[in-house]
Amino acid sequence: MNTMKNNNIDRREFFKTAGVAAAVMSGMGVAAGCKEGGSMTSTGTAAEDGEMTYRTNPGNGDKVSILGYGCMRWPMIKDEDGKDVVDQETTNRLVDHALEHGVNYFDTAPVYLQGQSEKATGIALKRHPRESYFIATKLSNFSNFTRENSLEMYRKSFENLQVDYIDYYLLHSLGGGGVEQFNRRYVDNGILDFLMEERKAGRIRNLGFSFHGDNATFDEFLKLHDKYHWDFVQIQLNYLDWNNGGNTKANAAYLQQELDRLGIPSVIMEPLLGGRLSKVPQYVADQFKERSPQSSVASWAFRFAGTPAGVLSVLSGMTYMEHLQDNLGTYSPLKPLDQEEMDFLEYIADLMKKYPTVPCNDCKYCMPCPYGIDIPAILLHYNKCVNAGEIAKSIEDEGYKKARRAYLVSYDRAVPKLRQAARCTGCNQCSEHCPQRINIPREIQRIDKYVENLRKDTL
Amino acid sequence: MLRKIRIILAAIFFIGVTLLFLDFTGTLHAYLGWMAKVQFLPAVLAMNFVVVVGLLLLTLVFGRVYCSVICPLGVMQDIISWVHGKTKKKNRFRFSYSPAKNWLRYTVLVLFVLGLVLGAHSIAILIAPYSAYGRIAGNLLAPLYQWGNNLLAWFAEKAGSYAFYSVDVWIKSVSTFIIAAVTLIVVGVLAWKHGRTWCNTICPVGTVLGFFSRFSVFAPVIDTEKCRNCGLCGKQCKASCINMKEHEIDYSRCVACMDCIDTCNEGAIHYARRSFARAQEDRKGAQEDKKDIQEDKKGADQSRRAFLISGAIAGTAVATHAQDMKVDGGLAAIEHAQKPERQTPLVPAGALSVKNFQDHCTACQLCVSVCPNEVLRPSTSLSTLMLPEMSYERGYCRPECTRCSDICPAGAIKPVSREEKSSIQIGHAVVNLDACVVNTDEVSCGNCARHCPAGAISMVRKNPDDPKSLRIPAVNEEICIGCGACENLCPARPFTAIHVEGHEVHKTI
Repeated sequence: MNTMKNNNIDRREFFKTAGVAAAVMSGMGVAAGCKEGGSMTSTGTAAEDGEMTYRTNPGNGDKVSILGYGCMRWPMIKDEDGKDVVDQETTNRLVDHALEHGVNYFDTAPVYLQGQSEKATGIALKRHPRESYFIATKLSNFSNFTRENSLEMYRKSFENLQVDYIDYYLLHSLGGGGVEQFNRRYVDNGILDFLMEERKAGRIRNLGFSFHGDNATFDEFLKLHDKYHWDFVQIQLNYLDWNNGGNTKANAAYLQQELDRLGIPSVIMEPLLGGRLSKVPQYVADQFKERSPQSSVASWAFRFAGTPAGVLSVLSGMTYMEHLQDNLGTYSPLKPLDQEEMDFLEYIADLMKKYPTVPCNDCKYCMPCPYGIDIPAILLHYNKCVNAGEIAKSIEDEGYKKARRAYLVSYDRAVPKLRQAARCTGCNQCSEHCPQRINIPREIQRIDKYVENLRKDTL
Repeated sequence: MLRKIRIILAAIFFIGVTLLFLDFTGTLHAYLGWMAKVQFLPAVLAMNFVVVVGLLLLTLVFGRVYCSVICPLGVMQDIISWVHGKTKKKNRFRFSYSPAKNWLRYTVLVLFVLGLVLGAHSIAILIAPYSAYGRIAGNLLAPLYQWGNNLLAWFAEKAGSYAFYSVDVWIKSVSTFIIAAVTLIVVGVLAWKHGRTWCNTICPVGTVLGFFSRFSVFAPVIDTEKCRNCGLCGKQCKASCINMKEHEIDYSRCVACMDCIDTCNEGAIHYARRSFARAQEDRKGAQEDKKDIQEDKKGADQSRRAFLISGAIAGTAVATHAQDMKVDGGLAAIEHAQKPERQTPLVPAGALSVKNFQDHCTACQLCVSVCPNEVLRPSTSLSTLMLPEMSYERGYCRPECTRCSDICPAGAIKPVSREEKSSIQIGHAVVNLDACVVNTDEVSCGNCARHCPAGAISMVRKNPDDPKSLRIPAVNEEICIGCGACENLCPARPFTAIHVEGHEVHKTI
């Protein structure tokens, strides 16, 4: 078992160094998949050695797996027209494997994966008994608040998912714009009343919201608990913003404490910050490995997110079978962190904040940029170089030439020229969509300036 | 021995010149750039006195070794002819003496010079040997080289190495590509069948050098005492210039390849000094002729100016818009910018003026091959066909790059330093506010201003009375250098909202 696990870690390491370029990733993924065909089942057995940890929803007694499947990152392939479409076959395999090993919570949304996620998730799940899983989806009426549009979106979710009830239904992304925006999106148009009726009718089993805002706004929404009775709340929780939410000005410690106080179960998103807590700088990775050479870096983040008792499920957008297997290993069963380990992660969090990465989690909410820029690809490439210690400070730096070439060549590989930072108009249509509250044009233009300086040799 | 030396030297030059057209990284040019600068016609057009005199003296002393060693088109023909000779023994001895077609040679030469002088530049340079080879290498060979590179880059990417990077392979001008292909076919077929026919009947450089080589000090001479009239030398002479019956060699066509010396079984042909007195006498005459030629070129006043009918950029800019329903992820389709019609063509810093550029350029495409920003490409306009011009759809003329001026052998783009270049005004940007996304999409932009290396663009309030007004670009024409960063990075489509107009005469700001 140890060797198996070891393989697993190696593979994750492999991905970590392989970089963020989608093409590279998928290429490697395929290669790894082929090579590891035999060991996949045995890793599966490794996971089966233990039992998945389940948490009970205090409201209705649902036994929910602590590992929830985030359906925002299904594997994509190109169709005949060169368009990105969900790789349904691989998705089905992932879903089968997850269900087989005890995962029973699937979280999607109408807007995920260019609007393809619900349908793909529905197809994969339809092949299994309806009572064997819980489906969560959302009302993502960001761009059009009208009642008609919202109702249409709600109705469409049932059609796409091929279900007649939804287990967990969320008001998608509250927080930005505060209660005012919430009122516009859900109250003034009567949608929330409608949804409460739907809950009564049993077509929605649990009604809640996902939250991307600051502590004060969170309080406002919790005050509404008496009125609406939130069955659950989805929050961002990880060891990096446990005490300090950075741009989002929310700390998960506070959010979780408030939910515990009211007895509302939480669902956790961004436990791994879109891979930022697995693709850590080498120095940080070494700290993890020294403590526990056999555990993946990612497993620490998942154990952290699962430790609070009020957590119902921790979502992970697992694109690759290797990710799924690693997480199954971590959660079958979950070994909650002790105080000493918590302190260690606090130390790691402080360490990581010293690296000037951009807090992009590759959720792609900012996309598509109307001017064709590939925002997450630019930011992720930059982060990768930061973590690899390949950002030069000045032309005088030792290793400047190497860092320059590495950055410029890998930049062109990761992002096509016409989608690079130089094309950013600064129109700022993207920033409002960013749940991490990144000032996207500022970051993009900062990177552009850095690239320009490298090109001109004037750093 | 002499033949071997000739082949080794020819190989060095041929590979060197070819690499100049293939190496897109610009590393080799520092070492091999001189190989382009010693080419005859570029040196004449660049008024590179030292090289021209040197080449003429070389010819007067050793014969047309230039044609056998330095000229890449000549060596290319030798290779083609040699390959044919290798197919069968009979084919090696497929040649026979034919009298010089002097009327044709001199007519072509006169037409060529007249073409250069009177403004049919782009027709004349069709037969310029070095440029013709440049077009072949740059258009036909370079793509293969680049694909090879891209394959290595693909492997490098898989291996996580930065040793190779991928480059765009694109046809820069269809007409020039076709001309290169046709040239290769014509020259190739002639060489395959008849060896050096092109060089001895059409090539203007061959004719000029042939005029001098008639009087060269050293030349292959036939020792009639030893000769047994086997005729082998004449049958293998790719220049068809050995008259076996008379035991005479037409030195105006002999390219001093030394093949005959090695072929003669009797050792009857020697590369030796001809009568000194005669050579000296001839040299005098030759120098006078040369002077004439020089003056000819100097006085060449070409009144060619391409007046392009003003094509005011109409067409509203349509930026690429996002889908109607906002979903997460995906990429907006990229619409490529279309080439604007420029009233005055844009030529690189160092060209001094459009006229100077057009007077000197031989359209060898070396600058096009080395341009790392994909700015230079051959013109498709009839009056300046094949002459390079600039456009900014794929990149812009980075102020820190001086590759084209470093390499130009013909003096069409004179050397400029980085510092000089950043203050040479080759054109100026013009804004079409109707197409600007600030107006069409009502968003803030300023990408042109942000990337202007000269700081010549400021974003001014669209509505001066409103402090929060959106800002539109305004160009300070006095300090704009015409690099095209603004045009290249402008998001407006199909035509960009800012484009650069060329200046007839460049100036330092």
